[in-house]
Amino acid sequence: MAELFTATEFNQHLAEHKLMGARCAACGEIHVPPRPICPECPEAEMTWEELSGEGKLAAFTVVHIAPTMMLDAGYGRKNPYCTGVVELAEGQRISAQILGVDVSDPASIAIGAPLKVAFVERGEGDEQKTYLAFEPA
Amino acid sequence: MRDVAIIGIGQTPVDEHWTTSLRHLALDAGLKALKDANLERVEAVYVGNMLSGTTTGQEHLGGLVVDFLGMAGTEAMKIEAACASGAAAVRVGMMAVASGMSDLVLAMGVEKMTDTVGQQTTAALAMAADAEYEVSQGVTFVTLNGLLMQRYMYEYGWERKDFANFVINAHANGKHNPNAMFQKEISQAAYERSPMISSPVGLFDASPICDGAAAVVLAPMEYAHTLSPAPVRIKASAVATSPLAVHSRKDPLALEAARISAQRAYEQAEIEPDDLDFFELHDAFTIMAALSLEATGFAERGQAVRMALDGEITLDGRIPVSTMGGLKSRGHPVGATGVYQIVESVLQLRGLAGETQLPNARLGMAQNIGGSGATIITHILEAMG
Ligand SMILES: [Zn+2]
Repeated sequence: MAELFTATEFNQHLAEHKLMGARCAACGEIHVPPRPICPECPEAEMTWEELSGEGKLAAFTVVHIAPTMMLDAGYGRKNPYCTGVVELAEGQRISAQILGVDVSDPASIAIGAPLKVAFVERGEGDEQKTYLAFEPA
Repeated sequence: MRDVAIIGIGQTPVDEHWTTSLRHLALDAGLKALKDANLERVEAVYVGNMLSGTTTGQEHLGGLVVDFLGMAGTEAMKIEAACASGAAAVRVGMMAVASGMSDLVLAMGVEKMTDTVGQQTTAALAMAADAEYEVSQGVTFVTLNGLLMQRYMYEYGWERKDFANFVINAHANGKHNPNAMFQKEISQAAYERSPMISSPVGLFDASPICDGAAAVVLAPMEYAHTLSPAPVRIKASAVATSPLAVHSRKDPLALEAARISAQRAYEQAEIEPDDLDFFELHDAFTIMAALSLEATGFAERGQAVRMALDGEITLDGRIPVSTMGGLKSRGHPVGATGVYQIVESVLQLRGLAGETQLPNARLGMAQNIGGSGATIITHILEAMG
């Protein structure tokens, strides 16, 4: 079978501080998150390609009731965080934490605002992992 | 293919059933539906459920439930499609009867969400989202609705307070439903001051965590009249899908799977949206109610909130929704919800909906949404009595 473009590989690229997608040789679309089959051109070859890391905020939410992984990272009712969907300069969208915005005033966070990729390290030793984030450009 | 009718319905009151286990919730609803259909046995049982493995440590619900119904030996399986598991079980049951593979089928949904603490339930519900690319970024089921609602408000200029009528209407109707979790009204002021969960989604935008089970008995339409005094025809049944991840949908506010499944259902039933007397929509969140009304053709893009503000969704409005409380007031025991919607639709079509009965209800639609919109199942039901 051809390459699978797994989340494991995607996360390995993140650990190297690279945001990578799968480029379709036929239509030229860079799929992010990566996928092994282009929905428009199922027969086409796909190859890994690094993205510019530039984008803009497409949607966001300030989370007050946090899931376990974010509670473990120090967030919660008293320390909410912002997560969003980022529209990348290359066209596709991805979910990521949004850093550097004022979570105490969601009205101050602007959809359409330019963002650039950031990489967040959490956990120690074997648990250490790099997470995708974006911050104001 | 044969036409299929619903000849029996049963439901357990939605509540926090701490002392009743998963199997007994299913048993209660299943036995009520069988009794309503004047039957003791069926040929197959399909159990819709989303979370049992995580919230109760119990999978393999087909075999479990059918045994406790006293029907060991009978065909039975669990059907899963996130929060659309209930309608999916009805859909699978319908296919079994329509194809001629079975004559009498029990389709049910059951969910137990209150045995776990909030954080575990939150994690379980998030399994409907994309684990590797959404949940890993701190996304929960509620935050997905927060993203959609924020974007909707941005694109169409609404404020959070404009969504209140979805909640006020659901509670005004649910107040009269003895099987509803919340039988009390909610005011505009109470809605507006509810605490934020994931902005702009506040506590009162969201349906509650709860337990419940509901069931229907299905039979071929050709002899449904010999079994039931008031059979209800399944006039259409359609499933459509979208990418699980909100970020992967071309137009996330279009709720594409709702549009496609409703379109298929309208074509099967040969009707237009305006022919419907009511719509049991999936108001798990106020934003989902709005997007569902738009995707099914009742409002232009961005205008479902206007419909609610103009009173078009109330019992005497253009298209009554959540006539027995919807997910917001009746409750949203996720894998059972789709079957509650169909049971309530049958009550309306039989003229047994009590205080919130619609006059001359002949044609109703129920739409069950899985996750934030990846699997959406639409049923259209018609009174035959
Ligand atoms: Zn392509």
